[in-house]
Amino acid sequence: MRFTVERRLQQPRWLVVAVPLASVLFGFVVAAVVLLATGHDPVTSYRQLFDAAFVSTGSLDQTLIAATPLAFTGLAAAVAFRMRIFNIGAEGQLYMGSITGAAAGLYLGGRGSASPWVIAAMIVAGCAGGAAWASIAGALRAFFGTSEILTSLMLNYVAGYILTYLIFQSESYWRQTKGFNATVFPTGKPLPSNAVWPAWTLHTQGGIALPLGAGLAAVAAVLLWVLYRRTRFGFEVQVLGDSVGAARYAGVRTRRKILSVMAISGAIAGLGGASQVGDFSHSLDGDPNGLQRQGYGYAGIVVAALARYNPFAVVLVAFLIGGLDNAGNSLQGADFPSGRVGVIQGIILFSTLGGELLVRHRVRIARTPQAPAPEPAS
Amino acid sequence: MNNTLLVTLIASGVAYGTPLLFASLGELLAERSGVLNLGVEGMMLVGAVMGFWTEQRVHAGPVVSLIVAVFVAAFSAACMAAIHAFLVITLRASQIVSGLALTIFAGAAGLSSYLGNDLNLADVPASHTFHAVFPSGMQNWPIVGPLVFGQTPLVYASWVCVAAIAYYLTRTRPGLNVRAVGESPAAADAMGISVTRYRYAHTIAGGAFAGVAGATFTLAITPQWVSGITGGAGWIAIALVIFAFWRPELCLVGAYFFGALQALAPELQARNISLGPTELWTNAMPYAATIVVLVLVSWRGARRRLGAPAALGVAYVREEA
Repeated sequence: MRFTVERRLQQPRWLVVAVPLASVLFGFVVAAVVLLATGHDPVTSYRQLFDAAFVSTGSLDQTLIAATPLAFTGLAAAVAFRMRIFNIGAEGQLYMGSITGAAAGLYLGGRGSASPWVIAAMIVAGCAGGAAWASIAGALRAFFGTSEILTSLMLNYVAGYILTYLIFQSESYWRQTKGFNATVFPTGKPLPSNAVWPAWTLHTQGGIALPLGAGLAAVAAVLLWVLYRRTRFGFEVQVLGDSVGAARYAGVRTRRKILSVMAISGAIAGLGGASQVGDFSHSLDGDPNGLQRQGYGYAGIVVAALARYNPFAVVLVAFLIGGLDNAGNSLQGADFPSGRVGVIQGIILFSTLGGELLVRHRVRIARTPQAPAPEPAS
Repeated sequence: MNNTLLVTLIASGVAYGTPLLFASLGELLAERSGVLNLGVEGMMLVGAVMGFWTEQRVHAGPVVSLIVAVFVAAFSAACMAAIHAFLVITLRASQIVSGLALTIFAGAAGLSSYLGNDLNLADVPASHTFHAVFPSGMQNWPIVGPLVFGQTPLVYASWVCVAAIAYYLTRTRPGLNVRAVGESPAAADAMGISVTRYRYAHTIAGGAFAGVAGATFTLAITPQWVSGITGGAGWIAIALVIFAFWRPELCLVGAYFFGALQALAPELQARNISLGPTELWTNAMPYAATIVVLVLVSWRGARRRLGAPAALGVAYVREEA
């Protein structure tokens, strides 16, 4: 008896949904085995995680806070990865967006402009900052063929150092220089109240604040879906992602597509950065142990891969992963070491990746190698 | 005396560059067989934490415990590489996404940090570390003293590895087979070489090197465990393989160059030299320089991909090739 693996000519629709779901379940089972092997009870761990993520008072509130940036970075990764542009610089693009977004908020808010204008300006500035930072890697890829994987990743570290520099190592525009606290520990200048993003409160579970950023992420998901499914640009990008050769013959302008996809991807990540400032921190967070510890950009890659680069699925997966992250943070302590959530996420990601084989291929158990069975005509 | 900035920089470039060298040699082996592994950073961190833990727990003389620690580091990182190998060789997953997944799984927010917490390794000083082995008289010789005789045994081991891998890839039958597998798996298969077996072996061996690289951090350079201690060195190592045109001897040069750039920040600080926003540019320098060199290499190499294995990143399936 031997296994043979052959390519499916047609992918049944139900498999595209069933296989990832089964893979996630399989991932949880494997993660449970790992937990058992390191001497922890998986059932308790999972129940603790679930409660802390979605059930206990205030947990959904915190989950939304964790999920919002993940939705942005997940969308940023999904847009680019769908075209096989591997932008893993969402982390740095998010920092840049938070820097430019905070600058717009501090400047316009300080001049007393009306709140909607200030917020709109912060959104635009955040997108522009992220897009500009991503365009460095995009241009290097488009014009010199330099691997965008490595350049976008290196730029993450550079952006992190710039962020820290602005708050800790210089007296920049973003830094709070007045007051007693400023002399004790360097912090960012707080945003004026007209630059703080609004949140809508839902009166369940002790009040859940739905941040503006979460709404923006949902809007971005819809826009991306329209862009990729309903426009010529989106079609050409998909052709390019599937086959560079075919796209070239069809006259697709490769360089422009690479540049625009990187810019769009960076803009979404940058918007996530602006949302961090406007929605949550209300000042530029330059602490190496603050925003930079969260690793939203890298987690966004997990989100995008689990969602199979579908924008709507990204938002949903971001919510679930955000729940896991939130639970991991709130449970962190002696009996719930940090990193456990990362391990579970990684295992789920591996099993989803492995599961892809079953979507694209058919596994047969054959006693002897035989002639291929007739495939349905496509 | 001979502690001019340049000599110190090169000497610490050798020290800081050694993990880069080990990691890039490992990545080179995997890539030469056609497997791109972007999980180097994660594998290094697992090696770093396991090496450090072993060295804490093995109650033996310094020599024995350090050697055991390095082997455990290599073995645990090789296990990580085996996951990647299984996913991309047997299950034909995307090499890029799988490698990223490996870094996320094992990296600073994943397994390595989990193990570090679970095994209570934070804020524990190392009980044994690698030291220079030559007598201090020789270490004080001008120039060659700090450069050659002031290094730890890991540095000498890395030199042996460079020579051994260069010899292996150019002068031995299995080494030539690896290159065949990386360049044209279909042709290698037709010659009767097992593509799967070669790719597994070299991806896993590459992981072992990354593990040693990680242990170099926790046992020699900064003898302690901090989550995310490698600080992106794994990514620089991947870039180094490209600069080195997939040649081990050039990995050595590149690794020391980047090691020296990493040493720049502490050295300038120690000497109170400041030029503008010193912390910013010295910290960002290795990463920015990586981008610049990558651009130079890809620019010139745009026409003929300067020694990149032709089948790099492509899964091999006999019927579909």
